[in-house]
Amino acid sequence: MGKVVEIRWHGRGGQGAKTASLLLADVAFYTGKYIQGFPEYGPERMGAPMTAYNRISDERLTIHSNIYEPDYVVVTDDTLLTSVDVTAGLKEDGAIIINTTKSPEEIRPLLKGYKGKVCTVDAKTISIETLGRYFPNTPMLGAVVKVSQVMDEKEFLEHMEESFRHKFAKKPEVIEGNMKALKRAMQEVKEI
Amino acid sequence: MAIRERMSGNEAVAFAMKQINPDVVAAFPITPSTEIPQYFSTYVSNGEVDTEFIAVESEHSAMSACIGAQAAGGRAMTATSANGLALMWECLYIAACSRLPIVMAVVNRTMSGPLNIHNDHSDSMGARDSGWIQLYSENNQEAYDNMLMAHRIAEHPSVMLPVMVCQDGFITSHAVENIELVEDDKVKAFVGEYNPVHYLLNRDNPISMGPLDHFTHTFEHKRQQAQAMMNAKNVILEVAREFEKLTGRKYGFFEEYRTEDAETVIVVLNSTAGTVKYVVDQMRKEGKKVGLIKPRVYRPFPVDEIASALSRFKAIAVMDKADSFNAAGGPLFTDVTSAMYAKSVFGPKVINYIYGLGGRDVRTDDIELVFNNLLKIVETGEVGSVYNYLGVRE
Repeated sequence: MGKVVEIRWHGRGGQGAKTASLLLADVAFYTGKYIQGFPEYGPERMGAPMTAYNRISDERLTIHSNIYEPDYVVVTDDTLLTSVDVTAGLKEDGAIIINTTKSPEEIRPLLKGYKGKVCTVDAKTISIETLGRYFPNTPMLGAVVKVSQVMDEKEFLEHMEESFRHKFAKKPEVIEGNMKALKRAMQEVKEI
Repeated sequence: MAIRERMSGNEAVAFAMKQINPDVVAAFPITPSTEIPQYFSTYVSNGEVDTEFIAVESEHSAMSACIGAQAAGGRAMTATSANGLALMWECLYIAACSRLPIVMAVVNRTMSGPLNIHNDHSDSMGARDSGWIQLYSENNQEAYDNMLMAHRIAEHPSVMLPVMVCQDGFITSHAVENIELVEDDKVKAFVGEYNPVHYLLNRDNPISMGPLDHFTHTFEHKRQQAQAMMNAKNVILEVAREFEKLTGRKYGFFEEYRTEDAETVIVVLNSTAGTVKYVVDQMRKEGKKVGLIKPRVYRPFPVDEIASALSRFKAIAVMDKADSFNAAGGPLFTDVTSAMYAKSVFGPKVINYIYGLGGRDVRTDDIELVFNNLLKIVETGEVGSVYNYLGVRE
């Protein structure tokens, strides 16, 4: 059986972590994978912590439970680090990817002794400089693909461009910015 | 050539409804089924279907409008969950006894209270005796496939009963997964036209619907309804055979997974069956003889077939995502054990687990615990507790 890559997203309601997980499922689907993308619905308040999940595999997926031992964790808001146990069950040979202006060295002490790879990306600055607004999910998507290598980078970018062309058919001017956001995040993500 | 897509369970059901293009859809929103009428109303406003969409003010009205439309001679559909289904309560019985082949998507959610939007089967289990055929779906693919087969079953002249197609709220309704869709023209040809023999808007043969029946006729009508439910069994299999020719996907009353030499099996509905398959694969690697029976057709209940299938095993756990509050076991457990008793299947030890109420996540560890308990029963011959709660804090 092929390896299943499991990803857990931590975000705040309204920040687009659910959308990002669905986008990742989409692009992985286009590269021929079996995919699952699903949010864990809570009270659904703006700003409240929320969780979303991805499974990506070369084989058909039948399991229908949440993910307790993820390969990767993505945190779209670093203020969650003090309130949510983001590294719970995270595999040591995996990685955590955090949207923050801080460096991985500054973040590690907040992660309750997690020994695996710690990655950071300043999705806020990237988003504001490329899109003119704060949409952390596009840069975070680039960062997670870069770190996890869950699909070929070139293939990923080609499919994302196609998907943006479809999604923004009426706003083609934002496609370039979104592609830049993805690429910059892939270049700028730092790890220790 | 099948169309490879990815969509959520709700989207899959709405897409099936678009391909079916019914005459009337009447619906009222309730989480987690809301997306179905939401997607469908988009198809209506985009002109992709020519359905009359009725945005009613309650689920009681939704089912009443479906009854009216279907009685008039049209094909009517709706979708609901939990308390929405409960608010349809009296109308469910009227639809079934009036022999109106309405098709409804039920996105399973726990019945209030306590107030909770998440999944269990307490809603559709409450409607199990309403006279509706009930089909259950493990994932988006099965929800879609069951929707495509539903009208063929419901509208068969020897059946003429409404069908509800159930899937797990959020777990599959809101999860995006791979799916294979059937082309529009093939769906159209497979589902076919609805040509009722008797209907209200037939000027050549005017009839009344729902008149006073009393003790002079009600009993006979109920007997005919019971016969229709018995007839449905063959029709369900015939339609499944035809569907297999169309898609290559095989359906029956229940699915057996790795049961050939199994000593212990879990019997469970809907999405948890997928998690059980995963655990079965893992435990098989360790040489444990475990398997799964996943009922698809719960009404009519395939008594003979399920009793015969289960007679081969040594220990069985029936898992219920609803309690009957009879202080003895859940509804699926009661049906399975009574089927076995009625068919003189006394060999296997059978236990019940109530699990996942109110959307409590069902982990692979939970399923392993159940199998390990079954394996212990086989080893020791001691059944222990029959009526159990799985994964609850107490």
